[in-house]
Amino acid sequence: MSLDKNFLIRVIPLYLNAIKTTLFISLISLVISIIIGIICIFIMFFNIKILKNICKFYIELFRNTPLLIQVFILYFGITKFKIYLGEQTCGIVGLSLLGGSYFAESFRSGIESIKKSQIESGLSIGLNKFQLFIYILFPQTIKISFAGISANIIFIIKETSILASIAVEELFHTTKSLIGIEYKTYEALLLLTIGYFIIIVPISLILYLIKRRISYV
Amino acid sequence: MYELLKFKDFINVLLGFKDTLIISLVTIIVSIITGMIYSILKLSNNKILNLITFIYFQVVKLIPLLLFLFIFYYLIPRILNVSINNYIVALIVFIIWATAELGEIITAGIKSLPKGQLEASQSIGLSKFQIFIYIQLPQSIKRIIPGGINLFTRIIKTTSLVVFVGVTDVIKVGRQIIERTNETFIIYGFIFILFFVTCYFLSRLSVLLEKRWEI
Repeated sequence: MSLDKNFLIRVIPLYLNAIKTTLFISLISLVISIIIGIICIFIMFFNIKILKNICKFYIELFRNTPLLIQVFILYFGITKFKIYLGEQTCGIVGLSLLGGSYFAESFRSGIESIKKSQIESGLSIGLNKFQLFIYILFPQTIKISFAGISANIIFIIKETSILASIAVEELFHTTKSLIGIEYKTYEALLLLTIGYFIIIVPISLILYLIKRRISYV
Repeated sequence: MYELLKFKDFINVLLGFKDTLIISLVTIIVSIITGMIYSILKLSNNKILNLITFIYFQVVKLIPLLLFLFIFYYLIPRILNVSINNYIVALIVFIIWATAELGEIITAGIKSLPKGQLEASQSIGLSKFQIFIYIQLPQSIKRIIPGGINLFTRIIKTTSLVVFVGVTDVIKVGRQIIERTNETFIIYGFIFILFFVTCYFLSRLSVLLEKRWEI
């Protein structure tokens, strides 16, 4: 098993680009999905009538279906209605919707495990429900459900690999096409693994450090 | 408008979905056994075995399944110079993944038992294996099953990845129908609903069992 060095040097820029794309898509999707999660938990906490049911339906719908089918519907399906999204947009929309439902679920289980006395004492010192949510419940939710949140972050980054199926130029798609076109299996897989580790190891270390800090507070 | 789409196409999609379910079912059945082995290793006091299970779990947790699928599909056959059936590749990868996940669920269930159980069974002279099979596993089964069902829904969702290694599953069948009829929205929508109904039913069941058994 010998590696083709010229090939490696030639395709490294491709992989750097792919790492950039993967990071870009993960980051944007993470931000949007955390916002969706907060909106959902906000609606559910304030018991806004119809919206609450929509939120519940949305969470169940996206938690119980694979991302692959979701992006297929976004990318191939809705073109029937003359809506054309680029592959990156599709990927970001799909990942954000999926991630939003996961974050909403983590936040919900966090907020449910907060003691009732917290709410009661918050109300008794004259906070309104909005202040109660912002100052008392939400910060505690983050702490309680941090394990779930960090698992979700890793999950979203891992799920970007599925976007290879709709030709987003991320790590897996780059690898797949290099194997297909140039038949350089070893080199492509090696670079894929390295590229992937460059992304995931620092992030999981950072999450681990934050978790340790939070659990000491 | 939909004259190209026949009723038979939906039956074919359903048959494709059956293949998806079979792959998931085989995965979960095999990983019940391997997951038990994993949790025995994890619960043993041997430091090396603990380290191995720790690294194994971290690797499975951090690496996307698609990377495993690529390695087993492209790399292993070339290194060993053998051809492996696509189905076997998919099954091996899913079992590797599900073993770690189910092993963690079993371990967590057993760890939540009161310590007195372990001490009492040690004091009547049971071996470690006997303790695991006769004392710990039956008592923690109620804690394991809801999580196990949840994992099963995740396995069903993840099996959609097999399309990357050329296994015929529900998506591939759907694609073949789409090539003929070009009804992307209806076919993918139908598959979406199939996945949703199956996984929603299972995850409700898991929540229900969890409530009934009061954990």
